[in-house]
Amino acid sequence: MSRQYLIRRLLIMIPSLLGISLILFSVLALAPGDPFGELASNPAIPPEVAAALRAKFGLDDPVWTRYLHWINAMFHGDWGFSFNSRMDVDTLIMQRLPTTLIVIGAAQFLAIVVALPVGVLAATKPYSVFDQVANTLAFMGFSLPTFFTGLLLILLFSVKLEWLPIVYRADLNATGAQWYWEQFKQMIMPVTVLGLFQGASLVRYVRSAVLDVIKLDYVTTARSKGIGERAVIMKHVVRTALIPVVTLVALQLPIVFGGAIVTEQIFRVPGIGSLLIASMLSNDTPVVMAVTFVISILVVLFNFIADILYGWLDPRIAYR
Amino acid sequence: MAQPKSMYKPTKRGGGGLLKVLWWQGATLLNPHFAVGTKDQDGSRFFYEPLASWDADGNLKPVLAVSIPGREDGTLAPDGKSVTWKLKQGVTWHDGKPFTADDVVFTWEYAKNPATAATTNGTYKDVKVEKVDQYTVKVMFEKPTPFWADAFVSTRGMIIPKHLFADYSGDKSRDAPTNLKPIGTGPYKFKDFKPGDMVSGDINMNYHMDNRPYFDSFEMKGGGDAVSAARAVLQTGEFDFAWNMQVEDEILLRLEKGGKGRVSISPGGNIEHIQLNTTDPSVEVDGERSSLKTKHPTLSDPAVREALSMLVDKASVEKFIYGRTGNATANFVNNPEKFRSKTTKYEFNVDKAADLLEKAGWKKGSDGIREKGGKKLKFVFQTSINQPRQKTQAIVKQACQKAGIDIEVKAVTASVFFSSDVANPDTYTKFYCDLQMYTTTMTQPDPEVFMLQFRSDEAATKENKWQGRNITRWRNQEYDDIHKAATVEIDPVKRAAMLIKLNEMVVNDFVVIAVVARPAVQALSNKLVAQMSGWDNNTWDIQDWYKEA
Repeated sequence: MSRQYLIRRLLIMIPSLLGISLILFSVLALAPGDPFGELASNPAIPPEVAAALRAKFGLDDPVWTRYLHWINAMFHGDWGFSFNSRMDVDTLIMQRLPTTLIVIGAAQFLAIVVALPVGVLAATKPYSVFDQVANTLAFMGFSLPTFFTGLLLILLFSVKLEWLPIVYRADLNATGAQWYWEQFKQMIMPVTVLGLFQGASLVRYVRSAVLDVIKLDYVTTARSKGIGERAVIMKHVVRTALIPVVTLVALQLPIVFGGAIVTEQIFRVPGIGSLLIASMLSNDTPVVMAVTFVISILVVLFNFIADILYGWLDPRIAYR
Repeated sequence: MAQPKSMYKPTKRGGGGLLKVLWWQGATLLNPHFAVGTKDQDGSRFFYEPLASWDADGNLKPVLAVSIPGREDGTLAPDGKSVTWKLKQGVTWHDGKPFTADDVVFTWEYAKNPATAATTNGTYKDVKVEKVDQYTVKVMFEKPTPFWADAFVSTRGMIIPKHLFADYSGDKSRDAPTNLKPIGTGPYKFKDFKPGDMVSGDINMNYHMDNRPYFDSFEMKGGGDAVSAARAVLQTGEFDFAWNMQVEDEILLRLEKGGKGRVSISPGGNIEHIQLNTTDPSVEVDGERSSLKTKHPTLSDPAVREALSMLVDKASVEKFIYGRTGNATANFVNNPEKFRSKTTKYEFNVDKAADLLEKAGWKKGSDGIREKGGKKLKFVFQTSINQPRQKTQAIVKQACQKAGIDIEVKAVTASVFFSSDVANPDTYTKFYCDLQMYTTTMTQPDPEVFMLQFRSDEAATKENKWQGRNITRWRNQEYDDIHKAATVEIDPVKRAAMLIKLNEMVVNDFVVIAVVARPAVQALSNKLVAQMSGWDNNTWDIQDWYKEA
C-alpha cells in the first residue's frame, strides 16, 4: 500500500465532507418549522421576544451567511449552540455518548458474538436442520421491526412478568454489585432487541461468505492433507471468509455512535439517537446539524478504514 | 383571599425516599426565564420558587411571600397602580446566602432587559419594581391594573439569585454557569442535569416550610412517548407520576385497570375550538390572502355561521373521542368559574340547521350543495395532524353533508401548522382556509390577556408578519371598547361581568365554535398525594407532595 494512495484517500475525504455538510445544511434550512414556534403561539409571550431570540441566534440571516458562519465555527472546534438548551452542542453530545456506546456497543457485540458461530456452523452443514432453523430465525429477525419486538418484550417481561424495567435510567442510584445488577437488568431488553436485529442479517452474510470459500479447491487440498475438519474450518475457511465480514462490521460501526432512534425512543435510552429525534421535533437545528455531521464524518472515516483493512487482510488486493 | 386548609400530613422533613417522575418531553433547560415550554418550567420549579402560585381553583397561594396582597391592608393600592409584596424572612438560597428584596428586584431587571432574551420578558417589561425595605418590594404599573398577579407569580415569576446572575444579565445571559446548575430557594437542591433526559435533586434541609419536603431526592426522567409513560405509572408502577397524558381516554381506562395508579384531571384554560374566517381566503390582496380588506363570501352570513354551530356534534366528540379528557362546552372561556358564562348554550340539530339555511335563501343545487347567488357553501376545514382532530373533522363533515354543506378536510403537520414561518401558507396564523380547529390555552386564571385574541388591533396580517393574536380577524367596535375598559376596571365584580360579556359576544356571534374544554391530565401512582392545578406548573406545589404509607 503506497503512501501516495493514503494521502489521496485522505484528501478526497475533505471535499466529500464539505459536500455533505452543504447538503445537510440546505435541507435543514429548507425544512419547515421554527425553533421558537412554541413561543410564537403562546399568547403570554410578546412577539418581540421571539423576534429578539431569532436575531440573537442569527436566524434572520440569509442561508449562505449562516452556512459560512457554521463552517467557520466548526473549523475552530465550536460545534454550535443549542436553541433549546442554551448550551454548547458538544457538551450535549458528550453527555449522551457514554450511554450510546454502552448500549449500542453491547448490541453490536451481541450481534457479532451470535452471528459468527451460527453463520459458520450453518454453512458447514448446509441444508441441515440447524441451517434451516437458523435461516428461518434470521429471516424473522430482520423482518420484524424493532418497535414491534421492543413492545412485545415490554409486554412480556415488564407488564406480565414484571421482571425488567421499561424505563432506562442513565444515573442509577445504586452502588457496587447492586448497580451492576440493575444496569444489567435495564440493558437486557434494548440490547436484545437491537443485537438480534443486527445479528440476524449478519448471520446470513457470514453463512454465504463461508459457503463461498468452503467449496474452493484449496480447502479440498487442506482436507486431503489429513488435517482435522475443525482445523480446516477454523484455520483455512473462516480466516478467508471473514475478510468481507470484517469490512461489513467496520462499515456498521458508525451506527454505534449514531445510536438507534427507534429503540432508544421505546426504552427511553438517553443516547445520541434520542437526542437527534428530540432536536428534530423541536427544530433545534444546531444540534441536528452537529449530530448528523458527526455521523457522516464517522461513515466517511470508517469507509476509509474498511478499505485499508481490506488491503491488509487480503494481500492480493493492491492499492496504487 | 381565603386559604384552603393544607392537606399535608407528614410530620417531619424527609424520609420519603426517592420520588420518580416522568415527563415524556424532558426539560431541556433549567433557567425558568429561558423556559420554552412547560416542561422547562416544571423542571425549574423543583429548585426555584415564585412569590405566589395559582391553586386548582385559580386562587393565589403564598410561597416566598408572607401573604397575598389585598385591599384590606393597603398592600393593593386603591387606584390599582401598585402592589406591595411582603417577603418571608429567614429564607436562604441553596448556597446559604439570604433571600431578600434585592433578588426580587434583580429578577425584574434581568427579565425586562431585551438583551437577556428572557421568554418572560413580556411580564416584566411594562412594570416598575422598587425595593421598599429588605423584605418588601413594590410593583408599579403605568395605568390601573386589575390583574396584577403576573410579575413574580407562578410559571413566569420564579425568583433567581442576584449574587449568581448579576454578572450575566443582558448579552452575557447565556454564559451563566447557574443556567445549568440552578441554585434556588426551593425544596430540592440541584444534583444533576442532562438536557432532555434527566433532572435530579436532593432534599433541601433548610427549606423554609415546616416538615417539607417529604422525599429525600427526586428524579425527573424525560423522553419516550405518552402511552408508555402512562404505562410506567398506571400499569407497572415503575414511576410515581407522569406528565401530560395526551392519550386516548379508552387507553387510559384500560391501563388504570392495572391497579397501580390513577388519572388526575384538573380543569384549566385549554379550549379545542373551530375558528370561522371572517375574511376571504381565496382572494389575494397586496400579497396576502385572508386580508382585512376582504369579507368572507359565505361565512359573513350569520345564518351560515349559526347553522355550522348546530352541525358540530360536541356530545359525540366528547363521548367517542375525548372521554374524560375533553368536556363538550358552549363557552370559549370555561374556567375559573367566576368568568364562566351561565347563559350560553349549544345544540346539535341537523334539521334545524338545514331549515335555517333554507330560510336564509341557501337552496340545494343539483349536487346537493346549498348555494345562493352563485356562491356555494363549500368550505376547507384545516387542523393539525392528530388523531382525535381528524376524527372530529370527520364528525363535522358528516353532519354538514347532511345539511347541504360541503366540507373539504385538510390536515397539516403540527410542526408546520403551529410554526410562525412567514414563508409557509399552511400555518394557523395565516388561516388561508375557511375553518380551522386547534386548542388554545388560557395560561392564567384570568381571561384578560386571553381575550385579546378577538380585538381588532390584534388582527394577524402580513404587516405584522401574522404575529397578531386575532386569527379569525373578527372586528367589532363594541368588543374592543369593553375589552379596553376591562383592562383598567378596578371593581372585580364589574370587571368579571365585562369579561363574561366578551365571551358571550364571540360565542353568540359564532366567531368561534367551542368544541371541548380540555383539562390537564396526569397519571399518579396510587400512594402519591399531589394536588394538580390547571393554572400553574405540574410541580407548583412540589414541596407538598408525599406518599401515603
